[in-house]
Amino acid sequence: MLEIMQIKDEAYTTITLKGEVDASNSVELDAAIQNAMQSGSKNILVDGNSLEYISSAGLGVFMSYLEDFQESNINFVIFGLNEKVQNVFHILGLDQLIRLVNNRQEALAIIYEA
Amino acid sequence: MRHELDLSCEKSRLADLRLFLSEVLNPIGISEIAKNQMILAVEEVCANLIIHSHGCNPNDRIHLRVHLDDNKIIFEIADSGLAFNLLEYKAPDLAEVVRKKKKGGLGIMLVRKIMDKIEFENNNDKNICRLVKRLNYK
Repeated sequence: MLEIMQIKDEAYTTITLKGEVDASNSVELDAAIQNAMQSGSKNILVDGNSLEYISSAGLGVFMSYLEDFQESNINFVIFGLNEKVQNVFHILGLDQLIRLVNNRQEALAIIYEA
Repeated sequence: MRHELDLSCEKSRLADLRLFLSEVLNPIGISEIAKNQMILAVEEVCANLIIHSHGCNPNDRIHLRVHLDDNKIIFEIADSGLAFNLLEYKAPDLAEVVRKKKKGGLGIMLVRKIMDKIEFENNNDKNICRLVKRLNYK
């Protein structure tokens, strides 16, 4: 079960993930990121505080946008992942490719520094 | 101890698979991270079979057996039909995944990193993928 909430603030869009991302629902995550990009957001934050699980289907969605983010100068930051979920990013070294921070404050600091 | 689950080939059943594995692994006293890793690896193999070998056909089934030993856990994933041998599958590297904007390929990488041994058997029409995880917390 996955719930996705998307809020567009003036400076950034926050995508909040609640539940579990797997092969059955990763298209929803894909659509949310697509949507945030199309809305012209230059800063996309993913709130992972309530993300309980992620499989490769979800990781693959993030990975597939990394080049687009770079080309369009979009800051993409994931924050608040629990230890279990963060470990999954770490196993593949994705924490070297995607910006993962502890909380919203740290995520916003990155945006405002940039 | 042996536990078994029969799973129909639908992506929506992956959540049931996780629940089953969680209940099987709960009593053995491993960390939440280790437990999550094992659940993930088994799910990745099953998701591959469901999507690629069985085209999400709900009439097809996967049979999972979990053997809990003192020092290791063996997950046996059996299906029939088109064999998918993940030992022969050449996983892409991360740079390739990013460059080609591929959404697949990461699952097999995860399984290889998490499990200690992966075996594959093919008898007539039956395929068995065996994942072994050693427990070294004692």
